[in-house]
Amino acid sequence: MRTKDAHPARMAWLIVAGLLSFMLLLAGCGSSDDNGGTAGDELQKVGKGEGSLNLINWAGYVEPEWTKPFEQKTGCKVSPKVAGTSDEMVQLMRTGEYDGVSASGNATARLFEGGDVDPVNVDLVPNYKTVFSDLKGQPYNTFDGKPYGIPHGRGANLLMWNSDTVKPAPKSWNVTLDPKVASTYSGKISQYDDPMSIAEAALYLKMHNPDLGIEDPYELNDEQFEAAVQLMKEQRPLVGEYWGEAEKQISSFASGDIQVGTTWQYQYFLLKGEGKPVAASPASQGFLPEEGATGWSDTWMISSEAAHPNCMYMWMNWIIEPEANAQVAEYFGEAPAQELACEKTVNPNFCAEYHAEEPNFWKRVYYWKTPLADCGNGSEDCKDYNDWVQAWTSIKG
Amino acid sequence: MSRRLANLFHGRPRLQAGTLLAGPVGWLVVGYLGSLALLLVASLWSVNAVSGELVKSLSFENFEILFDEPVYRTIVGRTVLIAALVTLTDAVLAFPIAFYMAKVASRRAKAALVVAVLIPLWSSYLVKVLSWRNMLGGGGLIDWALEPLGFSGPGYGNVAVWLVMTYLWLPYMILPIFAGLERIPDSLISASEDLGAKPFTTFRRVILPLSFPAVVAGSIFTFALTLGDYITPRLVSNNQFIGNVVFNNISNNLPFAAALALVPIVVMVGYLLVARKLGAFEHV
Repeated sequence: MRTKDAHPARMAWLIVAGLLSFMLLLAGCGSSDDNGGTAGDELQKVGKGEGSLNLINWAGYVEPEWTKPFEQKTGCKVSPKVAGTSDEMVQLMRTGEYDGVSASGNATARLFEGGDVDPVNVDLVPNYKTVFSDLKGQPYNTFDGKPYGIPHGRGANLLMWNSDTVKPAPKSWNVTLDPKVASTYSGKISQYDDPMSIAEAALYLKMHNPDLGIEDPYELNDEQFEAAVQLMKEQRPLVGEYWGEAEKQISSFASGDIQVGTTWQYQYFLLKGEGKPVAASPASQGFLPEEGATGWSDTWMISSEAAHPNCMYMWMNWIIEPEANAQVAEYFGEAPAQELACEKTVNPNFCAEYHAEEPNFWKRVYYWKTPLADCGNGSEDCKDYNDWVQAWTSIKG
Repeated sequence: MSRRLANLFHGRPRLQAGTLLAGPVGWLVVGYLGSLALLLVASLWSVNAVSGELVKSLSFENFEILFDEPVYRTIVGRTVLIAALVTLTDAVLAFPIAFYMAKVASRRAKAALVVAVLIPLWSSYLVKVLSWRNMLGGGGLIDWALEPLGFSGPGYGNVAVWLVMTYLWLPYMILPIFAGLERIPDSLISASEDLGAKPFTTFRRVILPLSFPAVVAGSIFTFALTLGDYITPRLVSNNQFIGNVVFNNISNNLPFAAALALVPIVVMVGYLLVARKLGAFEHV
């Protein structure tokens, strides 16, 4: 059999040669490509709904409790698509098959630069008037002076610790970031598994190493970035767990495997509700460690290729309707964007627990935003998001 | 019309076979080799950092990063090492089980054992890994079982990945070895005994050489599956494997992910070449 056919090695070479030529052909063709969609104009009038709406959202943002009434009211049938990460959201939006997305601050600038989203005419979103004013006109939701989305809710990345074993109660991120202090809890530290965590180190250095001159933890030049990455590398051997899903962290804190680390308010209140010995910064410290904290603020953006723009505008108004915004905030565990939502929560203390109505709390929260080469002060030598992703891989080793 | 077609094919076996195979072979070329070629092409592109759009011009930048940054060597080394360890452990565990199934057990016991080996494949991969996560955690089943002996479990890390992968891919090793051993005629073993060979000699000089291709076939499964997995490392360790880094880059920097995805392919080709040198494909 084998003697009659072509020699297998020759066959293999033929396949390789074929692949190579195919590759070069493709690469040659691909070099001239258009640069994405172009940002269109904002909508001038919300007309009749188109009957359906395709959304990309974080898990828990589009649930039947508040989506069903929306569908009944507007006739827009909602098809949600849950994305696991900001990167995935950007990727999905690029397909042009969705009308809108609940983007976090580390995705919004990328969507804007890629021409994937349109500005929002906030006059067509009546509920926008009563959105907390410190959420409007922020660098992660406003570009070229125009609002590019409707704020949905926000949260801070708290420092949480096991109140039985971590004593005295920490006042600073040094329990996780200063190797001298953090080594006490070696193997018991948990860190959020995302390149954005480098900003935590930058925030720490902003206060403790003023010579570096860090202003914004997301706008870092070579030297500042190196210092932050170095700090995270020193932290690496002390980290017991990098968590990606809230459930993973909850189980580790509950079992005692992990005793201190970065968390979202959601995990903190859930563990506290189960009677676990966890604590976070008390009121006397403004509920945050002395350096402040990183955080996130989510924005509903409308696709520049939206097939159902009217339904999307109705959705953006609906999700900040006091009742719906209260529902989603309590379901997800975040501070609502709508002022009036605080009167509608099932738990009367909800807004107080999440500091929704305390601008002084949020002043110390640095919301995630996409790191760009443009430092915001005219110079172009800041590290961009790709550098952050590469660095995160090296940190984890 | 149909008559003419029938006439066309009549007496032309090559045309018959060609038409019959056009579909599957076309699928193989376009779907499999085509996507592989696309992967190669994509690895030479780059990405606009701000907008994340693909820049479709050729450059070897991705491969430069891959070679220059020590972290990627560490990750590739770790992945290959664990894959080799998993393969070795699975081979050692699987051989006696497969031998018992093929040569010792009664027909009824054999059927029961085949089912027993297959049953874990019926349940969800994720459920199995998560159960291991619970067992390996502090105060979990493994800690509890080892405590009376004065030991504690390995916790999360490379050892955990090795344990879980070994468990997950064991059936893929048992089944090919079982099939290989079944094909060895009992008469050969009897003949070896009649000629005065001790059991161990029979094993070493008759059974092992004849079943070696089956072991290699199984090892290709376990090795390749370990090289590509990224969920187990994520759930039972903090360490990054090739698959994790591919996953982390896939939506943000597709070309780099593609470059990295070529590494397991190269490793696998090397592995197959070594297997061929060892004579694994001679009796197939």
